[in-house]
Amino acid sequence: MKMGLQIRVRGQVQGVGFRPFVWREARSLGLVGDVKNDKEGVLIHVSGNAMHDLPDAIRTSAPPLCEIHGIEVTEMVCAPSDQFRILVSGDEGAETSCPPDAPICSACIDEVSQAGRRADYAFTNCTNCGPRFTIVERLPYDRQRTTMRNFDICEDCRAEYENPLDRRFHAQPIACPNCGPLLTIKPYAANPLDAASSRICNGEIVAVKGLGGFHLACDATNADVVQSLRTRKHRPSKPFALMADLETIRQFTDPSDEEIDLLTGPDAPIVLLDKVSGRLPESIAPALSRHGWMLPYTPLHWLLFKKVGRPLIMTSGNLSKEPQVMDNDEALEKLAHIADSFVLHNRPIARRVDDSVVLPTPSTPMVLRRARGQTPGTLALPISLPDRQVAAYGAELKSAICLTKNGRAMLSHHMGDLDNVLAYEDFLKADRDFANLMDHQPKLIAVDRHPTYLSSRYGRDLAEKAGLACVEVQHHHAHMAAALGARGWDGEQAVGIILDGLGFGDDEAFWGGEVLVGNYKTFRRAGQLSYAPLIGGDSAQREPWRNALVRLDAAGLNAAADLLFCDYPVSQLRAVAGNTAFAPPSSSAGRLFDAIAACLGILPAGQSFEGEAAMRLESLASTSQDDGWYALRCLGGLIDPSELFEELLADQKRGVPDATIARRCHGGIAKAFSDMGRRVALEAGAQTIALSGGCFQNRLLLTMVAEELGEFELCGPGPVPINDGGLAFGQAVIALAQSS
Amino acid sequence: MTKPETQAETQTDKPSHLRRDRVTMAHAGGGKAMRDLIDEVFVSAFELDTSEDQARLVSDAMSEHGAKLAFTTDGYVVTPLEFAGGDIGKLAICGTVNDLAVGGAKPLWLSAGFIIEEGFEISRLRRVVSTMAAEAKRADVRIVTGDTKVVERGSADGLYITTSGVGVIPPGCNLGAISIQEGDVAIVNGVLGDHGAAILDARGDLALSTTVESDCQSLASLMQAVMSAAPNLRAARDLTRGGLASALNEMAETAQLTVEINESKLPIRPEVRGVCEILGLDPLYLANEGTLVLFVPENEAEAALASMRAQDAGRDAVVIGKARKKGPIPVTMRTLFGGERVVDMLVGEQLPRIC
Repeated sequence: MKMGLQIRVRGQVQGVGFRPFVWREARSLGLVGDVKNDKEGVLIHVSGNAMHDLPDAIRTSAPPLCEIHGIEVTEMVCAPSDQFRILVSGDEGAETSCPPDAPICSACIDEVSQAGRRADYAFTNCTNCGPRFTIVERLPYDRQRTTMRNFDICEDCRAEYENPLDRRFHAQPIACPNCGPLLTIKPYAANPLDAASSRICNGEIVAVKGLGGFHLACDATNADVVQSLRTRKHRPSKPFALMADLETIRQFTDPSDEEIDLLTGPDAPIVLLDKVSGRLPESIAPALSRHGWMLPYTPLHWLLFKKVGRPLIMTSGNLSKEPQVMDNDEALEKLAHIADSFVLHNRPIARRVDDSVVLPTPSTPMVLRRARGQTPGTLALPISLPDRQVAAYGAELKSAICLTKNGRAMLSHHMGDLDNVLAYEDFLKADRDFANLMDHQPKLIAVDRHPTYLSSRYGRDLAEKAGLACVEVQHHHAHMAAALGARGWDGEQAVGIILDGLGFGDDEAFWGGEVLVGNYKTFRRAGQLSYAPLIGGDSAQREPWRNALVRLDAAGLNAAADLLFCDYPVSQLRAVAGNTAFAPPSSSAGRLFDAIAACLGILPAGQSFEGEAAMRLESLASTSQDDGWYALRCLGGLIDPSELFEELLADQKRGVPDATIARRCHGGIAKAFSDMGRRVALEAGAQTIALSGGCFQNRLLLTMVAEELGEFELCGPGPVPINDGGLAFGQAVIALAQSS
Repeated sequence: MTKPETQAETQTDKPSHLRRDRVTMAHAGGGKAMRDLIDEVFVSAFELDTSEDQARLVSDAMSEHGAKLAFTTDGYVVTPLEFAGGDIGKLAICGTVNDLAVGGAKPLWLSAGFIIEEGFEISRLRRVVSTMAAEAKRADVRIVTGDTKVVERGSADGLYITTSGVGVIPPGCNLGAISIQEGDVAIVNGVLGDHGAAILDARGDLALSTTVESDCQSLASLMQAVMSAAPNLRAARDLTRGGLASALNEMAETAQLTVEINESKLPIRPEVRGVCEILGLDPLYLANEGTLVLFVPENEAEAALASMRAQDAGRDAVVIGKARKKGPIPVTMRTLFGGERVVDMLVGEQLPRIC
């Protein structure tokens, strides 16, 4: 018997080539012992002269896909051994975590690009890359419990799978053309990849079964096919994502090093990059200043892109308002009127997962949509919070749920708008799925306070059936807690500047432009945008001019409103404006941006997707360098935008360019809320200000507010979406705090 | 007519005021004023036999038509009392008649109770009562008993009416949502949301100025026709508050099935869509008062439709969806673009949800 070390590694360390890595490190240090997966992560027993060097080696050079949350080292007596061995899981304990899907690695790119048994093979993967979350059916994570279970592994692959020195050692989805999934194309062609690429080059729209669902692919340089995709998909202007390799992306934009790091990161998200050259059709992202780019992240996408040699449109293969389709038959039926050809394969998709979307900002990258490559990763919770199992069910749109356990939170992937049946079914499935993945049994439920969100009703019913307490969280308090919690904030008092579309307020009005002060447990509304009627509820969200009308009327600018909107049913809306049943009061900042956009003639009659008018307004403002602003009157805790509209109209009359006006509006709103946030923070003795809510997806606004409040610690964008996709995380944080 | 009771003891000895044009507290008194009001306004219109305190119904009339008695009651409160296509009186007859009819019953007798606010115009009361009489005649039911109360000004909003109804259900007829089977088709007899839109318009303050009239009508004869044309008719519901969405959710829950409707088939007037657009409402939740949804086996759908279309009340009858195996969501809608939407139960008001 001699002294050795037990090293416990926690985090995302299974299914990512961690044990072979430890094996190689231990051997190179001349150590003996063993390594195995178990319920808590990875457990290492090791002895030898250099054994104290192993923990550091693990910290500094762990494989790319692993994420270490903690390493605990204890000295102990070790059984004698003459070598270092990998104990296969199942020997003792089970693998209990599933890593996110990972983009194709450079070794696999090389392999599919050259002659060999995996030349042009679209399902090539190894322990450093490939499908994970989208193929897992049950845990523990091994091939028999994935959608690869029907493919019998061939001798050649088995040899790689069993060799600790091979990069495919225990790569569960290992495959080659002899034993793995295969592509087909409809209408039939012998070589699906060649046929797909030539059809795309010829201006066809091709549905491609990918990792977490179908895409619709076409040649992004061909304006006719882009337009025809818009028509067939009933998607008049919502931007399409683009896919190309880095070299090609550089021809159309000028990414910084940080932006390249985002593109090539382990989640390979869609990254929103400023348009530099105008060589791509305007219809890809009409009137917006950015394109969404992603790298080809599976071998299939890589090979397809290489053969086409041009940037591809890669938009979700779905019907309007639905999540993307997953199954071959479903695609052939639902996308029949959109796609000319279908690239299909026989590896089923276990779980629908969209592409993640990230917006670079001057500080931290802002995750706008948390999805592929990011889930089922977990997030650390503030350490002051008790360790309880909470299930939080998020909002209505951009649905995502959050489960907590062992001081960490699993914030699910984006599932879309819950009033869609497929999205709602995904929501139900995610609740089961994640409970299973985390071995989770909620002791407490958290929902939004909105009376009719489907997610809130689901959570309330569940709590009632299970006899659990249900915490009803105010929408913007949850936004604030999400931003603070994601940074691990643990203080007494913080301020939240929450600029958002809409959330149910404690006074039953609809909030959305708020300055809150408090902590995870309680909050107080210290300031707000003045109320204006939200005429026709959700209709006001679709039609920006309605918001302009009520703000102009409130400012006494009725005559200007009459003139601006002479083609609209102005008198009818004014008659409804006084009726709170159909025109509830709202302090929404989102609707304020809509109102400004409408005054500048940006989509006054209707926007085809959420936030479209505000996004165009931001793009317009970004073209101006003006540093002026319109003052918003601040009385007590009330920010009144009336003067902003007076100045806007006056500037318009003077012939000031729209871009300048748009920028001054941004400046005024940023300044008014920053000033109020600062005042409230000073009064409360708070050093931290949270910036959250959907409007902060507007990078110009975010940057302006961040500059104004430079003296504070700001908690804003990050891995938790500041839109409603991050709401469940904030709800969970609040429920935990209130339960202690 | 049974004897009215005194609402306020102190008012009992005031002289008759019937010759005035408004209802007063004297009409609550039990004296001649009340007697005059009852005789002149109600008894003659409804052709009531007021000799005794209760209506006496001949049991032969029941056994002649059916095996089971159907009995229902409903209170009617509406602002304004008169609107395009009807008034509170027409509602009070049709609503109760329809509650009986959709259960497969032939409606026979109704009672009517009135709560009248002091100061209510007698001419207006006469109008309401005469609509009731006409509507009862049209639906082939008799109003056989009733009651009036007068309450002080401010204690009620003009006029409230409660009607109860008795009908008989033929032998073997057992309509109910529990009988709906997978594959059965859902049919509505006419356009959705007209009543809700007409009421919103009639309030005047919303300046909607539509030409939509309430669909308020009796469905008794329509139901009799469908029952004979489609002998395996499973269930029917009249769409009232909460509209089509609420009725289908209740039925789907009871039947333990999912009902899938098709947006492109839903009969909704453009004017009604316009009102919904302005106010941010969903027409699936707008009220109706003369529209029903029923389920029949697919092979009886054509016969059911033909029998309905032969009547005025069913001229726009159309298949809107079908029942299928129970999924996680009770009612779904195939949208115009081919997607599938959740049609949930209305809780309280329709509230904005977009974030």
